[in-house]
Amino acid sequence: MSKRVLMKGNEVIAEAAIRAGCRYYFGYPITPQTEIMHYMALTMNKAGGTFVQAESEVAAINMVYGASAAGGRVLTSSSSPGISLKQEGFSYIAGAELPAVVVNIVRGGPGLGGILPAQGDYFQATKGGGHGDYRNIVIAPASIQELYEMTVEAFNLADKYRMLVMILGDGTLGQMMEPVSFREKEPIVIPEKPWALTGRKDREEHNTIQSIYINPDDLEAKNIELQDKYKVVSRDEVRYEELNTEGAEIIIVAFGTCSRICRNVIRQASGIGIKVGMIRPITLWPFPTEVIAAAAAKPETRAFLDVELNAGQMVEDVRLAVNGKKPVHFYGRMGGNLPGQQEILDRIIKIHEEGK
Amino acid sequence: MAIVFEKTKGLTDKPFHYCPGCTHGIIHRIIAEVMCEMNILDDAIGVSSVGCTYNNYEYFACDMVQAAHGRAPAVATGIKRVHPGNMVFTYQGDGDLASIGTAEIVHAAARGEKICAFFVNNAVYGMTSGQMAPTTLLGQVTTTSPFGRDANLQGYPINMSEMLATLQGAVYIERVTVVDFKSIQQAKKAIAKAFRVQQKRLGFAFVEFLSTCPTNWGKDPVDSLQWIRENMIPQYPLGVFKGKDLEV
Repeated sequence: MSKRVLMKGNEVIAEAAIRAGCRYYFGYPITPQTEIMHYMALTMNKAGGTFVQAESEVAAINMVYGASAAGGRVLTSSSSPGISLKQEGFSYIAGAELPAVVVNIVRGGPGLGGILPAQGDYFQATKGGGHGDYRNIVIAPASIQELYEMTVEAFNLADKYRMLVMILGDGTLGQMMEPVSFREKEPIVIPEKPWALTGRKDREEHNTIQSIYINPDDLEAKNIELQDKYKVVSRDEVRYEELNTEGAEIIIVAFGTCSRICRNVIRQASGIGIKVGMIRPITLWPFPTEVIAAAAAKPETRAFLDVELNAGQMVEDVRLAVNGKKPVHFYGRMGGNLPGQQEILDRIIKIHEEGK
Repeated sequence: MAIVFEKTKGLTDKPFHYCPGCTHGIIHRIIAEVMCEMNILDDAIGVSSVGCTYNNYEYFACDMVQAAHGRAPAVATGIKRVHPGNMVFTYQGDGDLASIGTAEIVHAAARGEKICAFFVNNAVYGMTSGQMAPTTLLGQVTTTSPFGRDANLQGYPINMSEMLATLQGAVYIERVTVVDFKSIQQAKKAIAKAFRVQQKRLGFAFVEFLSTCPTNWGKDPVDSLQWIRENMIPQYPLGVFKGKDLEV
């Protein structure tokens, strides 16, 4: 690792993308992610790439579609309302099996909502949002260092599986500054792209990229092919962190910014004699279902507490994983408010008391 | 025996699915012919849109991608920025370009994006069975203007060529038709000029084709050609709206 530098989350994402070999960025301004655009506007040309400020998020994601179809490593970024507009493009990207990386620095909704951090886009990110049966890999970093490393990894995963990878951050991660250590050399893996549109050149056949299959048998076969790919991703690409789960009686499940607050709560709970652990999903899709199910099966696990910056979205996946074996509680804040450590600790004390 | 006529190598052997009398086939052929004549077929990347020509990626023999409805100019922008040396074109109908895709075409033109947009205007939504388009003429009966387009209720036709010609980034704009040999030859010249503008990286090039839709107009092929002459050309005059004196 080279020396540590202090940087803002949004700028780290842009720097990481360029280090990962991304040479095309298309975006539209929206708070709280706009520094990604500013950084790209300053640095992309120098890196030998192209920055385009699109006329809308809809245009930006379709420029991504074109650049990816042409074989480029490409990024767009936005925040919640803008991501809603991009969903049409996500569906086409899934159908055409194009690699792309999208950053969502989530803000409070619904509607225009607010500009402060939230996790209310969990459903949209992990359950679709666009039309049809498709999946995106969704990665939820919890620190600036992770934002950097996972943005680099996102590009490799997108190319490996020819699918969209979303970095799901929030306003806190985008706006805060933390030290980050950049590697001397990034682990860039760009596979051959014989399918890409380059002009036919010496090829016998022209390349075509599309997501339409008018014949129902063809479309079903395409869907089965996609689902088979998603099964491989579900098997091989689940990432999570376990913290103090060994012997824990209450297990917190939290991701991103929220997990940082919970990390401190675990220490506080330990101080008053309550054994609390945490499972932090790093990939929200594929979801770490098995590790949660395994924790639920342990006799010493008495309950789960899911903490999110929303009205309770990931908690549905936690409940599916726990499958009724143990109670699953939820605590959330909305609108751009973050829970204090004490609020979460109070909830843990209550669960602990109820369980006696 | 000497070969006196050959199908252009710019098209694949896949048979067209277009209705009898529809002029999409002629427009496809002359674009393909120009690509061969200019020796750019191997460099060309085309963008299919949504509508009757959704699958013309199967017809053009160059590399092709199919875009979401109205978004072809944005997709073409992405392609062109990755491959600035390749020839990139869109093929879009009036619903695609003049209705749902107005933002994308206007901004591609305004950016002076070095692409060619081929705009096929038949004054109606063809694929979805003859609804009113932004280009539908006043008084024209469609499935969604069954009493004729009424300016008071449904507004006025959009003249895309004239509108885009106001933008500085658009360097060449011409409206043509394909109703007879002479107009087809003129349309071919316009296609070639649009590609030359792109080759010289001068900016955005746009060719509008007045085209038939016998099925949804309820007319036979010959009457459809006549209907373009008598009804469409008065609303959509042929000619060069930008770049008349441009030597390329």
